[in-house]
Amino acid sequence: MKPLLEVKNLKKHFPINGTSLFSRNKDMVKAVDGISFNVKAGETLGLVGESGCGKSTAGRSILKLTEPTEGQLIYKGEDITAFRGERMRKLRQEMQLIFQDPYASLNPRKTIEQIITEPMKIFQMEKAARKQKLDRLLDVVGLSSYHKSRYPHEFSGGQRQRIGIARSLALDPELVICDEPVSALDVSIQAQVINLLEELQEEFKLTYIFIAHDLSVIHHISDRVAVMYLGELVEIGDAAEVYQSPKHPYTQALLSAVPKVNPHQEKERIILKGDLPSPANPPKGCKFHTRCPFAEAICRSEKPTMKQVSLTGQMAACHFAKEVVN
Amino acid sequence: MQIDSSLLEVRNLHTHFFTKSGVVKAVDGVDFSVKPGETLGIVGESGSGKSITALSILGLIPSPPGRIVDGEVLFKGEDLLRKSPKEMRALRGKEIAMVFQDPMTSLNPVLTVERQLVETILAHEKLTRKQAFDRALELLDLVGIPDARNRIRNYPHEFSGGMRQRVMIAIALSCNPSLLIADEPTTALDVTIQAQILELFKKMQKELDMALVMITHDLGVVAEVCDRVMVMYAGKPAEYTETKKLFDNGKHPYTLGLMHSIPKITEKKQKLEAISGMPPDLRSLPTGCNFAPRCKFAMESCLHADPELKNVEDNHAVRCFLHDKVISEEESFNETPIGSEKS
Ligand SMILES: Nc1ncnc2c1ncn2[C@@H]1O[C@H](COP(=O)(O)OP(=O)(O)OP(=O)(O)O)[C@@H](O)[C@H]1O
Ligand SMILES: Nc1ncnc2c1ncn2[C@@H]1O[C@H](COP(=O)(O)OP(=O)(O)O)[C@@H](O)[C@H]1O
Ligand code: SF4
Ligand code: SF4
Ligand SMILES: [Mg+2]
Ligand SMILES: [Mg+2]
Repeated sequence: MKPLLEVKNLKKHFPINGTSLFSRNKDMVKAVDGISFNVKAGETLGLVGESGCGKSTAGRSILKLTEPTEGQLIYKGEDITAFRGERMRKLRQEMQLIFQDPYASLNPRKTIEQIITEPMKIFQMEKAARKQKLDRLLDVVGLSSYHKSRYPHEFSGGQRQRIGIARSLALDPELVICDEPVSALDVSIQAQVINLLEELQEEFKLTYIFIAHDLSVIHHISDRVAVMYLGELVEIGDAAEVYQSPKHPYTQALLSAVPKVNPHQEKERIILKGDLPSPANPPKGCKFHTRCPFAEAICRSEKPTMKQVSLTGQMAACHFAKEVVN
Repeated sequence: MQIDSSLLEVRNLHTHFFTKSGVVKAVDGVDFSVKPGETLGIVGESGSGKSITALSILGLIPSPPGRIVDGEVLFKGEDLLRKSPKEMRALRGKEIAMVFQDPMTSLNPVLTVERQLVETILAHEKLTRKQAFDRALELLDLVGIPDARNRIRNYPHEFSGGMRQRVMIAIALSCNPSLLIADEPTTALDVTIQAQILELFKKMQKELDMALVMITHDLGVVAEVCDRVMVMYAGKPAEYTETKKLFDNGKHPYTLGLMHSIPKITEKKQKLEAISGMPPDLRSLPTGCNFAPRCKFAMESCLHADPELKNVEDNHAVRCFLHDKVISEEESFNETPIGSEKS
């Protein structure tokens, strides 16, 4: 089957001092620096990595909320890279974003009804249909009809995230990019929202790109996982496989850094040296070589490419990962 | 528990905020103790009163609107709540040190790391500036700042988040405190950096024989570093025990709810068991048990009376009627749990 979305060599570079006319071309933050992956219809692709590695920028570039610097986006077999104006607006119905911050992403002066029906209005849905849809959406995200006339500040964080989810479902999207949708929530509320997202996926046959830095959350929700480091993908594959036998040293370190599940668990820990390098001035060769416990001379000069490392299609970008060909 | 061997003993602490919209019972009856050299975890969701507990101990409650309305904080046998602000200032940073969640707000952005570290050392110890500088270098080495001799001249913004937290820890350790209170010291950090900092805490404790109160919302951090733990819910302790006992034999419905609702890296479940509802408004707490509106096991009596924290075995206290033998046996005959069908 054809993938729903194909991302090919996507790049997004930001000039360092804002978009000043005088900033030289060279001073760029390579927030996303050539990532490629496919997303199949109905699956959840988890995108994980540390703060600043480019997850949100990747998500926003895919929706073209920020214009990609380079690369190709293919949606349902059609090249949408050059879509602008009306065509892109139409396409946006099918692709939605759920934000991390349920506080900042809701207009404080609008009622819940106005917030959720706004996208329907923009796409000229009839009033009666809007009302019907609103009730249905409130119901599926677990809010009550009497909430309609209230304002965002009257809700808890978990409820606001439900409102944001309802709004993003207003136009029956197919692809939903969830950017850290539960990171701002307390643990006891996190589980409610994760369960809700999973139920909605089943009911509406949604495809998710699920962005998070929490490795346990990503493990729970994803069918496949892509690991990012400094704007690049270092590993991608079936979630269970990546978690059980990570092939890239960064994935290995990341997974080993997760605190224990209980005090009896023996954990072999790879403690990485140093900090994340700046994405404005990333290391040459393999970007991970400054922190990699296995780095050798070749890592400092040559950039490793993605290669298949398991029979089921797990891929990793490391000179020393063993290639498996089927 | 052997009271006399405690370094810190918090008894019946109540800290309330008197705001326009009502009295916020941020901390409402907290008891715990910390022995020399041990690590006590305080774990709970945001708003459960962890930071206010810490600030109460340190004498840093903003007043007004806050006030410690009841309780004792015994440190080496002396009640800190009776000390003057001046005495408390002398104690903080000397005997009791602290590390906060956001190192940027607790470091002075316009002073170099050297200035801040050396000044702190000089304020509490009779050393020459040169000796203090050497001690500062030693501390930066200890907390793992590479190339300390050069980096010490930097300003906080020239350091990464993880390095700033290391500097905060160095400042906190500079006077050999016997108690360190760390309030979510790794929450703002990435997981690989968190692992470095937790490793550092473990190493420090071993080397310096210092007691640590580790405040966190993450049960994983508790499993990683704490000897004993208090689970807090809406200003009150729900369960208080050894870390191993909490994980093996946790009893409070909230503790169990938390453990089940967290996705785990080691197993993949079909569906998470979420706790329904949300934490109560601390200005209008429910009558009876504060967890009752969300509790799967709530019984009639839970809606009327507030359970007390009681020992169910040695070193294991639970605040729940189910584990209060006298009451639960009576009720279990004639009552079905109210919330048992809720999911
Ligand atoms: N508008 C912008 N202008 C300049 N730099 C930017 C801009 N947006 C993002 N960046 C930079 O791009 C890099 C990637 O940022 P991004 O927000 O995608 O990270 P992230 O992986 O989502 O991180 P987090 O986990 O903290 O949300 C960062 O170094 C960031 O500072
Ligand atoms: N200055 C203040 N005025 C009023 N309420 C406060 C103040 N500081 C904290 N609170 C309230 O006290 C409760 C406990 O807060 P805190 O101890 O900071 O929680 P946490 O467990 O997240 O550290 C919260 O409901 C919080 O809103
Ligand atoms: S290519 Fe070299 S530096 Fe990069 S991850 Fe592999 S071993 Fe480490
Ligand atoms: S006392 Fe009752 S409501 Fe409270 S935790 Fe125990 S069973 Fe639940
Ligand atoms: Mg982001
Ligand atoms: Mg706090």
